[in-house]
This record gives sequence, structure tokens and C-alpha cells, in this order.
Amino acid sequence: MSLEYIITLLKPMLEGAQVTVLLFLIAIVVSIPLGFLLTLAARSSIKVIAWFAQGYIYVMRGTPLLLQLLFICFGLPMLPVVGEYLVLDRFVAACLGFILNYAAYFAEIFRGGLLSIDKGQYEASKVLGMGKWQTLTRIIIPQMFRVALPALANESVTLVKDTALLYAVAVPELLHFAQTAVNRDFTILPFFLAAIIYLLMTLVLSLFFKFLERKFKFE
Amino acid sequence: MTVIEVSNLKKAYGELDVLKGISLRVNKNDVVAIIGPSGSGKSTMLRSLVLLEEIDEGSICISDAHLVKDGVYSKPQEIKTITAKMGMVFQHFNLFPHLTVKENLEIAPKMAKKESLKLIQQRSGELLEKVGLTNWANAYPAKLSGGQKQRVAIARALMMEPEILLFDEPTSALDPELTGEVLQVMKDLAQEKMTMIVVTHEMGFAREVATEAIFMDNGEVIESGEPTQLFTNPQNERTKAFLKRSLK
Repeated sequence: MSLEYIITLLKPMLEGAQVTVLLFLIAIVVSIPLGFLLTLAARSSIKVIAWFAQGYIYVMRGTPLLLQLLFICFGLPMLPVVGEYLVLDRFVAACLGFILNYAAYFAEIFRGGLLSIDKGQYEASKVLGMGKWQTLTRIIIPQMFRVALPALANESVTLVKDTALLYAVAVPELLHFAQTAVNRDFTILPFFLAAIIYLLMTLVLSLFFKFLERKFKFE
Repeated sequence: MTVIEVSNLKKAYGELDVLKGISLRVNKNDVVAIIGPSGSGKSTMLRSLVLLEEIDEGSICISDAHLVKDGVYSKPQEIKTITAKMGMVFQHFNLFPHLTVKENLEIAPKMAKKESLKLIQQRSGELLEKVGLTNWANAYPAKLSGGQKQRVAIARALMMEPEILLFDEPTSALDPELTGEVLQVMKDLAQEKMTMIVVTHEMGFAREVATEAIFMDNGEVIESGEPTQLFTNPQNERTKAFLKRSLK
């Protein structure tokens, strides 16, 4: 088991890891704001919007992510009439699936954050003459974000690992290349390498969130 | 000169009548202390002046402009102009925990964007000095004691340059040894002829600083008058009973 062999194994796996990282970044950058909008929609005084958002969150959290991915990749094209227009690139389809699913989880996390904010914060803002939008953006969201940080960190680590589900829809990412090498060379070494790469990614992510928590301690 | 005129204010939460036709009048430079047992409607009345509570019937007139007339509220734009004349200090301070003391003071004036940043910063500096917290300008509220927090809250309310300052039990959440510093700031304001309405359990303050005392019980104004008079020679039985309990 030479170093050279490990390097030849690592090369495709690191390329796969790039796909993993790219998917992670796209999913998190889009689903966090989307999740926040969902939280607001679920609390909307317009009943139709609130019901839609709550129903959406329920369905997305109540069914397996794998099922959702399979549905987007293989199910949508089978729909009558519109199906032929819904054949998406696999990676695009995967991104869509992760965004739609994670937005629902982030929405629940933000809901918890909003619930933790004392009504006195809204009252003080109102009496000081601040508008609804100003109160939301300057007073409520920063505090909500702070409260939500530990849960956001947790969910983000889960997202890194969930990218391995791409394996099931045949988008070549980290785990795909590991599995290929295991089958080809009949060695479990690639599994260990894959584990180490995942651990490094989640380590960097955890450190980043620790840094954010310290930065937004407000003490 | 009358700055606040409240007439026949009524409000109910379902079956429970919390305000049963309150009327009162506050003149410019008055310091009005509102006393009474818990659940008497004092806070609800105070909060209705800045529309933190909506009333069902009656009128509220601030500096000759109707916030609500016979149960009908004015247009949102007028309401904004009227409520901007009042500042409020809460029992639980309600400072913004994610902002420093200085930022707490400056955020609302900055959002209103009516003045230059320089003017705002100058005023926040002056007000922090006034409440004795210049050295704490860059601290977060979590680092402050209760008394310090309430002094910041008073300074924050003053930043909007209100004509009238409302206090909702400003010392009730404080340790007894910390009430003095907050009451001192309020006394200073009274001396500067700030018009104030103070819902309080601090009988000493009410007696010493207030120009008028109002006793409320069970959603009604029972008795009002010059504080010394009201405290030493109450006319109503309920006032007598309450004072006897509180001054023990």
C-alpha cells in the first residue's frame, strides 16, 4: 500500500469532493434565505399563505430526502404532458431537491429563533417609532440568527453528509468514487479516505460556526 | 396647558373589563404618579397612550390631536405623528441585547433619518453623560446591572426628544438597592420640567416628586389630587386601605 497508490485513489475522490462542496454551498446559500421566507409565510396573517407554507414544511420534513431526490430526477419526467420539459440535469435536479428540502428544516429552526424573542423587543421598537421592516431587519433577525446558530450548525453538518445521497441519483461525487475504487481494487482503504475527507469538511464547517457564535455573543 | 386628555376610556379582554371609563388630564410639566394594586389597569391605560394596547371606547387626545376619538382611531400617519411625541420606559427595560449601549441609543434616530449622524452622536454622548454611563457606551446590555440598564433605557427614550415620557413600573424589576439610581435620573428629569406619567409602586417617589397622584383600582380612577393631600388625607375608603397596605 504505497503512497503513490493512495494518491491515485485520492485524485478522483477529491474531484468528487468538489462536487460535494459545490452542492453544499449552493444548497446552503439558497435554502437559508428561502427557509426564512417560509418562516415568515407560515406566520402570515393571510391564511392561504400560512397554510401553504405550513403544508409545504410538513410534506418536506415528513418524507425522506432520498424519495424527494428520486422524484425530482426520475419522477418529474414521467408526468403526463409537462414531463418532457422537466428533464433536468442531474446535478441541477439534486441542487433543487436539497434546496427545497433544507429550506423546510431551516424554516423550523428560524421559527424557534423567532419564538425566543421577547415581545418587549417589538414594543420597544414600536414606541421608538421604528417601522415594521426596520424592526424585522435591525432588531429581530439579528437576534433570531444568534439563537438559531447552534441549530443551524447542526443542520449544516447534516447537509454535508446528506450530499452522499447523490450516489443514489448517479451524480459522481466523493462517495461514488470511493465505492468505485472499492469495487475495482477490492480494498476498503477508499472508504477510510472518504471518511477522513468528510470529517475534514465537517471540521472546517464546525470551526466556522464556532467562530460565528463567538462573534455574535453580544457580551 | 393640557398635553394629555383621556376621557371615558374603556377596554375589555373578553368578559374581563380592565378599563371602565377612565378619564384624566395631564398638564405640561406635570409629573403624574399612577398608583394602585396589581391588575387595576394602570399599565393598560399607560400602554394605550402609545398604542401598545387598543381601546374599545373613549378618546385620547395628545397635544390637541386625537389619537382616538370616541373609539375611532385616527389614520396611521397621524397616529405615528402623535405617538412620536411620547417616549416609554418599560419595567423590563427592553434594551436591544445585540446592540451596544451607544447603538441602543442611536438606532431609532438613525432609522428616522431626520438628522445628521453627527447630531445624533452628539446627543447620545450628552445623554449617556446625563445618566452617568459614558464609560459603558461600547458595552453590551448583558454586562450591565438592572439599574444601569434602566438608565440606558431612559436615555434611549430621550434620544427621540419626546414631549412626554411614560414610565411603566420602571423600578419594579430592580433589586431594592438599585432603584435609587433610576429614581434619581427621574427626579432630574422632573426638575428639568419634563412631562412624565409614572406607573409606580414607589410611594416615596410619588409623594416626593409627583405633582399629581392618581389612585386606580379595578379599572377605575378612584381618587386623584395633590400627592401630599392624597397620601396624608385620602378621601376614599379603597385609597385608605391601599395606602395602609403599601405604606406599612
